[in-house]
Amino acid sequence: MNEFLLVGGMFLVTFLVRYLPFGLAGSLQIPEPLERALRFVPVAVLMAIVAPAVLIPQGDSVQFSWQNPHLLGAFAAFLAGWWKNNLLLTIVVGMAAFFISRLLIGRF
Amino acid sequence: MNSTPQTEFWRGVRDTFPLIVGAIPFGIIFGTLSESGGLSLWGALAFSAVVFAGSAQFIALGMVSTGAAWPVIVLTTFVVNLRHFLYSTTLLQQVRHLPQRWRIPLAFWLTDETFAVAVRHYAEPSPIIHKHWYYLGSALIMYFNWQLCTMIGIFFGRVLPGLEEWGLDFAMSATFIGIVVPYLKNRPMIAAAIVASGLGLALHGLPNKLGLMIAGLAGVATGFFLEKRLASNRMTEVGEAQ
Repeated sequence: MNEFLLVGGMFLVTFLVRYLPFGLAGSLQIPEPLERALRFVPVAVLMAIVAPAVLIPQGDSVQFSWQNPHLLGAFAAFLAGWWKNNLLLTIVVGMAAFFISRLLIGRF
Repeated sequence: MNSTPQTEFWRGVRDTFPLIVGAIPFGIIFGTLSESGGLSLWGALAFSAVVFAGSAQFIALGMVSTGAAWPVIVLTTFVVNLRHFLYSTTLLQQVRHLPQRWRIPLAFWLTDETFAVAVRHYAEPSPIIHKHWYYLGSALIMYFNWQLCTMIGIFFGRVLPGLEEWGLDFAMSATFIGIVVPYLKNRPMIAAAIVASGLGLALHGLPNKLGLMIAGLAGVATGFFLEKRLASNRMTEVGEAQ
């Protein structure tokens, strides 16, 4: 494995997708409907990451069960987020629920 | 309150703090896994310092350990990071007035977390003039934390074997849920979340995390069209009432 080429290549593609819109920002005008659609980006992209991470924790099959600490932790995080709009609290409650249920269930 | 570059910078740092809590375990596991995954010490440090992309680093590490060729790993990294293209497009209007010497570093430091706090800050009605300092503050604290956690992980990975089995990766899920929940206030947003989750699950088996991109785009489209339909329904109701 040539690590130098690997890191260089990864840097290049990652920087390009991050930079292209910024770089062209001067000449690019975003149409109004696209701008409205883009407001859904954070929610849609992050949920597309979270759902499989929580429900397919082992990467093979869907575990929709109370014996899945990832699911319990996620549920607790959602509840905490709805209860108090406080990011730190949401993360801490979610992680606490995850670790406690993991300890109690004793698997994963 | 008058905003100066300095006050904006530190507000960005402060508002990113909760997200740091979620990123710490994630960075530590990356460092921990890097040696058993087959990266050299310098390779692991360079991943975090030069590429600076959490989930892509994990996926690439997984591929290194299975002996994949570097061009394949680079291509996968590209697909996994395509979502940053959406982020960068979303923020495009806000950085348009900045010179390239600002846009280049701000692009390099764009992450899920900094995007989430910056987009919220830009949506506030206060003047935009110093908001890039807020973005910079958020970006730098994320970057500094990521480097530190990678090093801690590399160190502890050698001292505490099995750290990666503690389930620390759940921290990322908790963080992202914390970002998403405040948005879920109307039907189009909730629909976008449900569709993206459902497709994210259904398409999980697709190679190179392609499912993530398709699910994300489908969620965006759902929210957009539902919002449009609800708006036109309201228009007809108003029209009929008159």
